[in-house]
Amino acid sequence: MKKWLLFASLSVLLPFNVFAETAEEKGLAIAIEADKRNAGWKDQSASLRMVLRNRHGQESVRKNRNKTLEVDGDGDKSLIVFDSPADVKGTAFLSFSHAIKADEQWLYLPALKRVKRISSSNKSGPFMGSEFAYEDISSQEVEKFKYKYIRDDEVDGRPAYVIEYYPQYKHSGYTKQVTWMDKKIYRPLKSEFYDRKKSLLKSLTYHDYKQYLNKYWRSGRLEMVNHQTGKSTTLYWDKYEFQTGLNDRDFNKNSLKRVR
Amino acid sequence: MLNKKYGIFAACLFTFAGNSGYSGEWSGFVSGELRAYGHESDQADQEQYYASLAAQPEYYLDWSGGEQQLVFTPFLRIDQHDDERTHFDVRELYWAINKNALDLRIGIRKVFWGVTESQHLVDIINQTDLVESPDGEEKLGQPMFNFSYVSDWGTMDVFVMPYFRERTFAGKAGRLRTPLVVDTDNAQYESSDEENNIDLAIAWEHSVGDWDLGLNHFSGTSRDPRFIPDFSQPQNPKFIPYYDLIEQTGISVQATKDRWLWKFEGIRRDGQEILYHALTAGLEYTFFALNDSALDLGIVAEYLYDDRGSDALTPFEDDVFLGVRLAMNDEQSTEALFGVIKDVNETSSIYSVEASRRIGDSWKLNVEARLYQRIANDSLLASFANDDYVQIEMAYYF
Repeated sequence: MKKWLLFASLSVLLPFNVFAETAEEKGLAIAIEADKRNAGWKDQSASLRMVLRNRHGQESVRKNRNKTLEVDGDGDKSLIVFDSPADVKGTAFLSFSHAIKADEQWLYLPALKRVKRISSSNKSGPFMGSEFAYEDISSQEVEKFKYKYIRDDEVDGRPAYVIEYYPQYKHSGYTKQVTWMDKKIYRPLKSEFYDRKKSLLKSLTYHDYKQYLNKYWRSGRLEMVNHQTGKSTTLYWDKYEFQTGLNDRDFNKNSLKRVR
Repeated sequence: MLNKKYGIFAACLFTFAGNSGYSGEWSGFVSGELRAYGHESDQADQEQYYASLAAQPEYYLDWSGGEQQLVFTPFLRIDQHDDERTHFDVRELYWAINKNALDLRIGIRKVFWGVTESQHLVDIINQTDLVESPDGEEKLGQPMFNFSYVSDWGTMDVFVMPYFRERTFAGKAGRLRTPLVVDTDNAQYESSDEENNIDLAIAWEHSVGDWDLGLNHFSGTSRDPRFIPDFSQPQNPKFIPYYDLIEQTGISVQATKDRWLWKFEGIRRDGQEILYHALTAGLEYTFFALNDSALDLGIVAEYLYDDRGSDALTPFEDDVFLGVRLAMNDEQSTEALFGVIKDVNETSSIYSVEASRRIGDSWKLNVEARLYQRIANDSLLASFANDDYVQIEMAYYF
């Protein structure tokens, strides 16, 4: 992280349109800038409501609560506790994400009181039956992708950089993601996901951005549409709280047993 | 009488909770179940079709920002025919407090240890509620004081358990039982304090990179009884369960390498007739997103061994388990596990299917089947040979 910060601060001093800068360098510089602007929040908690829609428009709802701890020089630690559907209430998912080496993941099954270490290779599988894959909801370290700046564009009148992300971790379901990054707040406005056959699979749009602690921007609503199946999922983020004093002890196998 | 103790404890906790001015929440399930056996029994009291109802509400309250918690989970099953399967249990009734690296939990709880799938050798804190399911996965609540400390070197747990819970066994009218009915009213104990013997356990667990390690020791009354045949009433012979005092050391290891999970559990137990060792070892491999679909297909293979051989109190003394796990990852969370456990030396095999699917937001359909095939006459499973069954359960969650 520190290395990136140094590089990021240097790159901020340089204008992006230096002749020598390649499209790859420019893409990386934008990703680093976005990472830098979103660093330092320490910990955050939020509630998530997911609305799943099938092709016929039938809806089902899932609710969970998320806690995330920022880890210096590594990926974040996160804990997701499921509140609904009722049969999975109390199930909890603990994840230590890493930039290059495999993430560490545990699942707590409340009926058996069992903590199960699970394989983190399941990147492309659906999260809770939704159109979001595990890799869409896990922390996005700069090193997880290679980048390429494509062009400037606008999304609903907001100027944006269009950048292609190429996953560098194993087992991704994507060959690339194309992201429209807001030029002002350095947060994504829209992403398109291309599957292993390089066809357009899903589109994600980000809505209702709000700023917290006068610095960090968080989207209140995300819309994911699967173009191949006609299914869609909306995520509603709510009750954002930052710097509530969470630490490592809130993110271990023992803490899984006391979450509700 | 135990129920009375629970009652007083519950009343104290609820009075306290009520006075604290916080409101808790209820969740849980009620379910209806039908179990059909493939063959009529040759025993007069046994039936072929069994219906039953169960309920497990759960009360949860926390305060001081989640630092303190109160949990109460009663369980009740009513079975159409089997008086022993009709039973009430307090699965959980405890108060827990967390301060920094320390957790203190007092009351009735469930604790799980271990990593393997086919059997749970190191998992010894809770007694098995065997009338619930022949797979032994259902457990009775265990009264305990539990102190837990988390450090950079892992988690240390100490358990003091002042009251022993007897294993439940099918009654005369129940299927899936021992050839003689187990007389649970006349259990015998090695400890002169009988069920009031104080059992102790200590456990350490840690995760280092890809490795999850566990080491534990239990000192107290064995959760598995031996059976003493009782022919004092010749028309009504019985098995008397005898609970030895044992010392058991257990170890569990899981290595998580990409899509491979490598698993090992081993125990060394002293005090139950002879000193013995047993292990379960194997692997699990998952094909995630099979052919770019949402389907996950997992393969589980485990070897089960007990060095007492044919003297073992378990039928799984030299057996192989093969399982296939399917997860559709759909909105209804459709899942299935197919398994077969086969004795290496003789013909006995158990085939099983467990499948589940959510219906709407609140209902869940569970289907389970077990087939006992070519069971050897001298196998501990011999009395189950006629007890192939299919079970359908509908549960409503709230």
